[in-house]
Amino acid sequence: MLIIGCGHPDCGDDAAGLLVARRLRELGLRAVEASGEATALMSCWEGETDVIVVDATSSGAPPGTVQVWDAGQAPFVRERFRCSTHGLGVAEAIELSRALGSLPPRLRIYGIEGRQFAPGGSPSPEVLEAVEQVVQRIREEVQCMKQD
Amino acid sequence: MNKTVAKTTRTIKVDYLARVEGEGALFVKLRGDRVEDVKLKIFEPPRLFEAFLRGRHFMEAPDITARICGICPIAYQMSAIHAIERALGVTVPPAIRALRRLFYCGEWIESHALHVFLLHAPDFLGYEDAIQMARQHRQIVEQGLRLKKIGNHLVSVMGGREIHPISACVGGFYRAPTRQELEAIKPDLEWALDAALATMRWTTTLDYPDFEQDYEFVSLRHPEEYPLNEGRLVSNRGLDIDASEFEDHFLEQHVKHSNALQCVLRERGSYMVGPLARVNLNFDLLPEVARQAAAECGFEVPCRNPFRSIQARVLEIIFACWEALRIIREYEPPAQPRVEVEPRDAKGCAATEAPRGVLYHRYSIAGDGRILSARIVPPTSQNQRRIEDDLRALVPSLIAEPEDRLTWRCEQAVRNYDPCISCATHFLRLHLERE
Repeated sequence: MLIIGCGHPDCGDDAAGLLVARRLRELGLRAVEASGEATALMSCWEGETDVIVVDATSSGAPPGTVQVWDAGQAPFVRERFRCSTHGLGVAEAIELSRALGSLPPRLRIYGIEGRQFAPGGSPSPEVLEAVEQVVQRIREEVQCMKQD
Repeated sequence: MNKTVAKTTRTIKVDYLARVEGEGALFVKLRGDRVEDVKLKIFEPPRLFEAFLRGRHFMEAPDITARICGICPIAYQMSAIHAIERALGVTVPPAIRALRRLFYCGEWIESHALHVFLLHAPDFLGYEDAIQMARQHRQIVEQGLRLKKIGNHLVSVMGGREIHPISACVGGFYRAPTRQELEAIKPDLEWALDAALATMRWTTTLDYPDFEQDYEFVSLRHPEEYPLNEGRLVSNRGLDIDASEFEDHFLEQHVKHSNALQCVLRERGSYMVGPLARVNLNFDLLPEVARQAAAECGFEVPCRNPFRSIQARVLEIIFACWEALRIIREYEPPAQPRVEVEPRDAKGCAATEAPRGVLYHRYSIAGDGRILSARIVPPTSQNQRRIEDDLRALVPSLIAEPEDRLTWRCEQAVRNYDPCISCATHFLRLHLERE
């Protein structure tokens, strides 16, 4: 399994995905950090069979809410995620991969709802708590896979 | 898109002009068949990079300014480095000079491929975005993605990482690549050259609006090579100056509707920088393979149709692949990756060719190496006024068109310039009002 944490380290809650990837790497899991730019993400998951993408969301849910989507199930709603450079971000990467037939067989997205994304800001307490929650969920899942 | 139809006034609002970098809006006001007002509104807040640089050591300038843009960080590094080296009287050995050209080629390939295939092509083929286009034009999108990836890979090999690379510095590079590292990229670049040639043939299948303007094109011009890092600033109307004279001829103006300064020629107003300007002014310096591709595809210079800038970009992808292969073939690693640089009380400026056009930097440096002042003029602020002028000229020919068609064409006309609004202040909304 490959875990890809997306975001910006210095834009408040936008760091959520990166923080998850860093913690998982410390725990010895295969986790990488990405800005979330679509073409880089597509290169990142090329040839992978089981991928989890973690990113901050801005859907209007309470801050710290964790939502999980299966990219194989339905078209991805772009508005959930913040735009990246040139407007091509996580959602575009998923839909472009789907259109090109290069979507990994299993791709899930963990979204952590953010409260503030201002440049220079620190992640909010609710988001930091959610980061830890997501780390534990992914860790447990990987452990279960190993036992199987 | 929000559309409001009033008795005497027709208003079209596009909340996002997508497929541009940064945040902005476009406002067009029509009275009858006359264009009354065109404003490229840039509301992204100013980023104050020039102020951040004050008090920092000159060696930090390339890495600080690289942060202005995730698409063209190398351009910022190169303009900063050349300006500071000119201030401090530094000359670098030919191997380092060649490596800088190679580094820049990587950025041109990735930046141009992104724009041609993912941002501009959907305009020509009638798709909302690259995702819709990919469903029916899978091969062309895959080709574009692979080209971009190859450009990114070249940047990564040269600079340690794809975005905001970390190897370039005043005096050279912190680390020069080995022959083997560069040799390993050759097969990809050979594929990329063939793919770019095929892309040029594909551009002949696109429908170009019949629209020409009498532009003043501005770019660098070097006596022996297609310009990247060096050359004089020239135009098709007689401009021929050193970068040190830039501020004598160009004026940055604040306009109420934009947080980005608009740059004009003091004597003559708006002008165009970027791929179409470069190709028009330097066609003779393109490699034979690119000139032949242009001839076979009916692309003639001077080309005054801005919609054909997509072809100019493809010609420059051909050039960048060819040039990268040439540099790698001839590469002998330098004995030292960089030359030592001593600070002194000095001023210096330089212009290099970012993918979107001329990028000017000027620095004043104190004896202890601190930056006293900095000035940065990015290509998009230079093209802003020209984009407004294009729309002013284009819209009257489209008056009879339905709103959605008119709006589409206006957005396409803005994207002809691949504007990087983040760089210029640094998304675009279109607001069309008819009376």
